[in-house]
Amino acid sequence: MKRTPSIRLIKNGLMTLLMVAATLAVLAPLGIIFVHILKMGASSISLDFFTQIPKPTGETGGGMANGLAGSTIMIAMSSLIGLPVGILGAVYLTEYGHNRFADAIRFSADVLAGVPSIITGMVAYTLLVVPMKGFSALAGAVALALIMIPIVLRTTEEQLKLVPGTLREASLALGVPLWRTTLQVTLASARTGIITGILLAIARIAGETAPLLFTALGNQFWSRKLTEPMAAIPLQIFNFAIAPYEDWHKLAWAGALVLVVIMFSLSLAARYFGRQKRYS
Amino acid sequence: MQTKVTLENLNVHFGSNHAVKDVSLDFPENSVTAIIGPSGCGKSTVLRSLNRMHDLVPSARVTGRIMLDNTDIYDRAVDPVAVRRRIGMVFQKPNPFPAMSIHDNVVAGYKLTGSLKRSDAEDIVESCLKRVALWDEVKDRLKTSAMDLSGGQQQRLCIARTIAVQPEVILMDEPCSALDPIATLKIEELIEELKEQYTVIIVTHNMQQAARVSDSTAFFYMGELIEFGLTKKIFTTPEKRQTEDYITGRFG
Repeated sequence: MKRTPSIRLIKNGLMTLLMVAATLAVLAPLGIIFVHILKMGASSISLDFFTQIPKPTGETGGGMANGLAGSTIMIAMSSLIGLPVGILGAVYLTEYGHNRFADAIRFSADVLAGVPSIITGMVAYTLLVVPMKGFSALAGAVALALIMIPIVLRTTEEQLKLVPGTLREASLALGVPLWRTTLQVTLASARTGIITGILLAIARIAGETAPLLFTALGNQFWSRKLTEPMAAIPLQIFNFAIAPYEDWHKLAWAGALVLVVIMFSLSLAARYFGRQKRYS
Repeated sequence: MQTKVTLENLNVHFGSNHAVKDVSLDFPENSVTAIIGPSGCGKSTVLRSLNRMHDLVPSARVTGRIMLDNTDIYDRAVDPVAVRRRIGMVFQKPNPFPAMSIHDNVVAGYKLTGSLKRSDAEDIVESCLKRVALWDEVKDRLKTSAMDLSGGQQQRLCIARTIAVQPEVILMDEPCSALDPIATLKIEELIEELKEQYTVIIVTHNMQQAARVSDSTAFFYMGELIEFGLTKKIFTTPEKRQTEDYITGRFG
């Protein structure tokens, strides 16, 4: 046998190298972004950031407490709208609607998921801001919900489809009504996957800026009502980053860091739930 | 022998596929009836129409009548859920509820309908597991997952779950096809005992099994009922040529 490396081995080595390089190229931006944001933002993170609202121009300090609260409130509201619609819709698609109508819904959801988020913002603007004559947290939440619905619908549908039919049959054959089977067997079995999808959807809308631009608008102060403009972290980052003040830039970096950490945690939580025992 | 279930001109279509063709048949009470025939002959389809499992398949259309005692289970006024309470089913692949313990699997029919009384649960679990001869094997680990059991044990658990809700008829769709010979033997012994209390209808690919466990046998071919009679007679002196050919292994 020849001992010299063959062409095959050289090719193998080259291709492996190429694949490693491609993987690194994918991972590198994430690392660069994270390190950069950490470097720029970490110094501005303080207790004030989480407890204070932005200071007027010229004064130092201040934080994004109103943005954090605003984001939390709007995410909660859009979840209130988006989760029931998304999950119930998915249940209809997999368990009840085996027809043309269901195909139409599926197609619409895919199209809706592909609509640029700024368009979603414009829709909420036309539907709510104009008739209500003012920017509001409510309009922001509706815009975010519109983004959330197709994501939740499709991921939940995928998870429900993974539940083996034999499990549904087992339950039905025991004389359990379809609705109870859906609730207690099908949805219960797909629970971890559905939670993962929900967390990813929340992570997605938490970082959305465009749909909030002409709905929630943003607010330098605390909002007292849901019908008033409301601050949100991504909006504040946007506004502060384009402002000409060094202080504000720092706050924007801090906000970016907090946002990235939140989304990172949500993704980790999603992975954790996704890893929980799956049944087949 | 008294008749428990009657098929009257049963036809099942899946879209344009005519899967079961004009079948009329009387299943005798408190006995075991085997349905045999080559793959695709419609035997599982017949079985599944007996507890309205086809209701969930949008393309399926069932016509004709299926009488359980004196009610047509396909009558508009009849709730399929009520039918399934009276006609239980054991599937080809053991399918215990994976998220439930052994204990909870036995009483799943009650738990999932929200009708379980705590005080009854222990009795139901013990008596049903004893009936399927599983009690001694699992009594010390009732709270553990049903998925840790062997395939044969899982299938006996599924039978326990089925009899726990006290049906009148038990349908079995090739219940041993995923099991080894020893587990198969145990299930067959169990079927023998079950007929004292229940009407058992079993679909099987295995002709020896049909000969061993059943009192009557129905032979299906290409969606049609070819021959129905006492098992002894079907396996010794069948009337139709096709039956004989199948039983002697000339086709199928």
